[in-house]
Amino acid sequence: MLKFTEEHEWLKIEGDVATVGITRHAADQLGDLVFVELPEEGASFEKGASAATVESVKAASDVYCPLDGEIVGINPAIVEDPALVNSDPEGDGWFFKLKLADPSAANALLDEAAYKELIA
Amino acid sequence: MDDHASLKQTPLAALHRALGARMVPFAGYEMPVQYPAGVLKEHLHTRAAAGLFDVSHMGQIRILPASGKVEDAAAALETLVPADILGLGVGRQRYALFTNAAGGILDDLMVVNRGDHLFLVVNAANKHADFAHLQAALSESCSVEMLEDRALIALQGPRAEAVLAELWADVTAMRFMDVAEAALHDIDCLISRSGYTGEDGFEISVPAASAEDLARRLLEHPDVLPIGLGARDSLRLEAGLCLHGNDIDPTTNPVEAALTWAIGKARKPAGARAGGFPGADVVFAALEAGPKRLRVGLAPEGKAPVRAGVTLFASEDGQEPVGSVSSGGFGPSAERPVAMGYVDSAHAKPGTALFAELRGKRLPVAVAALPFVAPTFKR
Repeated sequence: MLKFTEEHEWLKIEGDVATVGITRHAADQLGDLVFVELPEEGASFEKGASAATVESVKAASDVYCPLDGEIVGINPAIVEDPALVNSDPEGDGWFFKLKLADPSAANALLDEAAYKELIA
Repeated sequence: MDDHASLKQTPLAALHRALGARMVPFAGYEMPVQYPAGVLKEHLHTRAAAGLFDVSHMGQIRILPASGKVEDAAAALETLVPADILGLGVGRQRYALFTNAAGGILDDLMVVNRGDHLFLVVNAANKHADFAHLQAALSESCSVEMLEDRALIALQGPRAEAVLAELWADVTAMRFMDVAEAALHDIDCLISRSGYTGEDGFEISVPAASAEDLARRLLEHPDVLPIGLGARDSLRLEAGLCLHGNDIDPTTNPVEAALTWAIGKARKPAGARAGGFPGADVVFAALEAGPKRLRVGLAPEGKAPVRAGVTLFASEDGQEPVGSVSSGGFGPSAERPVAMGYVDSAHAKPGTALFAELRGKRLPVAVAALPFVAPTFKR
């Protein structure tokens, strides 16, 4: 199941674990990323809390936790090479895996059509 | 104020849109922050080949002496700036600072001796205040004109000379800070060999009506890419050049800003025309006793950029701040984060280990010599 937030994150949900990243639209708007800071595995976040930081040449931006949950995996490749987020934001440029406290809460997020409408 | 409808346009606004620029409000103008290439590529291209910048938002001002003698305009301007203007040769340009009564920096600017008058380029955000300041102080001996009908185009980078030489062969005879009139494709331009990137390059004052024509001709060259304000900022930061409003402002004096070199020898305490500019007593006291704080380069040790406003500490757990960052970001050519800021003089020596407080963490940064990249000016 693929879901989106109004803060331009995407979630690919398999069982009770969501792989989270930022959308192509967000990556394009941010421009060339030069720094990514990821949360630590095992950390828990509430929906809307800042879970990661990205920096372009010009500015720093927060990546918010899209739902309540615990970090069960991170993508060190984007820390090593932040440009990966620009080149493949919805694939190899993923940020973290989140074990959802309440998987049913994902139903309230945007589906792909609703997200496309948001950024249109 | 930042409502796009109220923003002014430069003569190149239509060209920026045609080139796919992302436009942002800046100093009351709608300006290109980046083009489709993006800030990183634009920055690196400028250092490798040549970049074209629209800096038409900056103020271009003429000071015309009533006597017709440029010395009279120079002497009048010296009452506002600590630079040696009387010693500036015809066809030469010099960096200067408008100071206030407290020795603070109202703006930084370029001054050109045009033989029978002075030509100034001032920052966009301050240009109306600068103009009023000049009029108030100089109107007895000079007339002061804001040139509203001219654009300003910068061509910067190691290929800038070769590109411009295709339009005007004599450009190769110009040295850093020379200024000359030339016809580029029959367009009367005023060209200075200077810039804001740390690279060799030129700034070209051109009639507004011909600006797009000239810009398009320069962009036709395969070595030239259009460059936005984003890369302009990272280029000047790596070059250790101040941005007024960030690194210098009315609360910083030239000595603590590490701009003592912008005080002419003749204007210093032992000089032939010592003082005579606003706040000279404060500036001279700082020269004599040494500044309490100093603008320095800052090299974060990690990969995280450290930006303007971040507080600096002498140790990982120290409570008392020893300074703060005035400009910072990622340096694409330095391939690392770069910054500058003000630190207490006791901590200003290059190599001094400091800590920047960022998102609740103390990150190590080292005081570093400026600039981060060696300039390539043609002296």
